Amino acid sequence: MATKPTPRVRVPTQAKPGELIEIKTLISHEMESGQRKDAAGKVVPRKIINKFTAAFNGKTVFEADWNPAISANPYQSFFYKAAESGEFTFTWKDDDGSDYVASNKLTVA
Amino acid sequence: MILKSVEKTRRETLAMAAIAGLAAILAPRLSLADEQAVAAEIKKLYGDKKFESGKIKLDVPEIAENGLVVPVNVDIESPMTDADYVKSVHVFAEGNPLPAVVSYRFTPACGKASASTRMRLAETQNIVCIAEMSNGKLHMAKANVKVTIGGCGG
Repeated sequence: MATKPTPRVRVPTQAKPGELIEIKTLISHEMESGQRKDAAGKVVPRKIINKFTAAFNGKTVFEADWNPAISANPYQSFFYKAAESGEFTFTWKDDDGSDYVASNKLTVA
Repeated sequence: MILKSVEKTRRETLAMAAIAGLAAILAPRLSLADEQAVAAEIKKLYGDKKFESGKIKLDVPEIAENGLVVPVNVDIESPMTDADYVKSVHVFAEGNPLPAVVSYRFTPACGKASASTRMRLAETQNIVCIAEMSNGKLHMAKANVKVTIGGCGG
């Protein structure tokens, strides 16, 4: 891989109690499917992000298991019902064992 | 970015075209086999349980020009309270070499059982979405996507 995957997350910084907010995430990753062959006819080994987790104040709120059918530079959006102020932690797990983490604060008032 | 490393000679391109032609002839039979692959995956998860229709809004384009990036949005009708919420959602593609696409696990904190991502599709095919509710009920929805250029790096 040329560069380290960079996560990009879009979360509102403020929300009203009970407000439904949409969280949009994107991470740069080639998501090599393990199905493709190179010019020499050899299978390019699989290397994807296989799991995305979103937690709020340490409690998991949303999880996605990704398979090789997920496009390169995977995008994921989901919703969250704002209840209290705190911090989101987003974790992407790579096949090679590394974790990519991003966090965003949310103020509920 | 993905296709850059796969350089093709003229001969390879012609061979690919021939294979593609052959595949088109065999396609009906192939897609039937893959339908069974999806059915087998679902059976692994939920056994012989019955599926109901409705509640699921599976949003995929009718025609996808580029099979490498096909948006897929699922939206499941549910109050998302502690007593009644959507536990998990699975998306399968019948015509892909590996049928599983994505599995979501929702919690009542989500407020709305809706999620979007982007997937790769090898060919024109059906997308199957199943949702498991917290009360154990299962729902299923299907949608067809026509793919102009397949997304398998060939």
